[in-house]
Amino acid sequence: MKEIQTDICIIGAGPVGLFSVFEAGLLKMRCHLVDYLPQPGGQLTEIYPKKPIYDIPGYPTVLAGELVDNLMKQIEPFNPTFTLGERVETFERLENGEFRVGTTGDTVIYCKVVAIAAGLGCFEPRKPVSKNLELFEGKGVSYMILDPEKHRNRKVVLAGGGDSALDWAIHLADIAGELTLVHRSEEFRGAPDSVQKVYDLANAGKIRLVLNSNIASLNGNGVLREIELTDKNQQSTIIQTDDLIPLFGLSPKLGPIANWGLSLDKNAINVNTETYETNVEGVFAIGDINTYPGKLKLILCGFHEGALMAQKAYEYVYPNQKLSFKYTTVNGIHSF
Amino acid sequence: MAEFCHITVVDREGVQSELDVPTDISMNLMEVLKGEGYPILATCGGMALCGTCHALILEGYDELSKRTEEELDMLDTLPQTFDNSRLCCQIHVQELPEKLTLELAAIED
Repeated sequence: MKEIQTDICIIGAGPVGLFSVFEAGLLKMRCHLVDYLPQPGGQLTEIYPKKPIYDIPGYPTVLAGELVDNLMKQIEPFNPTFTLGERVETFERLENGEFRVGTTGDTVIYCKVVAIAAGLGCFEPRKPVSKNLELFEGKGVSYMILDPEKHRNRKVVLAGGGDSALDWAIHLADIAGELTLVHRSEEFRGAPDSVQKVYDLANAGKIRLVLNSNIASLNGNGVLREIELTDKNQQSTIIQTDDLIPLFGLSPKLGPIANWGLSLDKNAINVNTETYETNVEGVFAIGDINTYPGKLKLILCGFHEGALMAQKAYEYVYPNQKLSFKYTTVNGIHSF
Repeated sequence: MAEFCHITVVDREGVQSELDVPTDISMNLMEVLKGEGYPILATCGGMALCGTCHALILEGYDELSKRTEEELDMLDTLPQTFDNSRLCCQIHVQELPEKLTLELAAIED
């Protein structure tokens, strides 16, 4: 178990979570960010890093990925810490008034304030509709490749036709003992370079390509042993395999936050607009995850919400200390 | 151009509902359906990049414009798509025929 002590635990490392580190830092509060994605930036990095954004004040145009890079640079002086690739699962208030936040990766964060900046929720892998799929999760089925070496000399089946499936097929061709790539349609629409490489590897006998097919079911005895594929004519084929890795991208889900006793309106968290605090004292919700009359889901509104959150959070982190507001032009940035 | 489009929506529970949409507004079908309260996340806001507005067009498919390369790219990454799959964000209201029937695609767990 990894234990972390901080002032504010920010759930979600998208643009709003990142900028909140800056606003908190100006008030001498330390932040730790948790995100299920393996890199910071939220959907800006995950979904549209190369898309231009036109409504960030001061930037006539900025690529989503560049905005994240700039935010990371802007918060550097305040030395934020990150837990990436783990999802927040548990949340409780301790007797001393602090919060204890636990993740799927066995990380525990002790903090005085929780700021939920989780956007539309947690990005989780899209799963195919295949019989027994969930039965073999962690027993041969995985949705991300964190350590390619784990697949060395094993029989591996990848499913999917996008860039991620193609890139991993190329990468695993020399690692896996036997590699199969299953794709629903006749051709691949990924980057032409990668498509060509995959066909070359298939011709060289390093990848078995199974096109026009879906994974119908999985079988095994405690661990995955074989999968059944069906083609367009409903003909089925059985393939022996140790690992199955469906790679169909990510989709957001609200996840465990829904069970934290917060006042919700549909899938958004109600907040008061003076402080962006939720109905639970010390727990804030900022950015796309919150709702209030007149809510606009804009990055710039999320930045504002983060700034006001920090003002109120100060009362919890430094009780009985008076906060005097100072401009960065007067005071500069005092790193820590 | 039809003045209104009569849309029949079959939601993910199989429940059918109907709405009339004026075709002279500058919106896409995802925005209309989301505005009407249908459960569409629209994570990417309409860039054909998230697949959360995936629907099957049961009636009126051929009267819509063809799917663009960007739309096909996104559809190709989803676990399940069909010949009549569309991303609602890529269908402009102004191109809607008089009648359209669609089924919201299942959200993968």
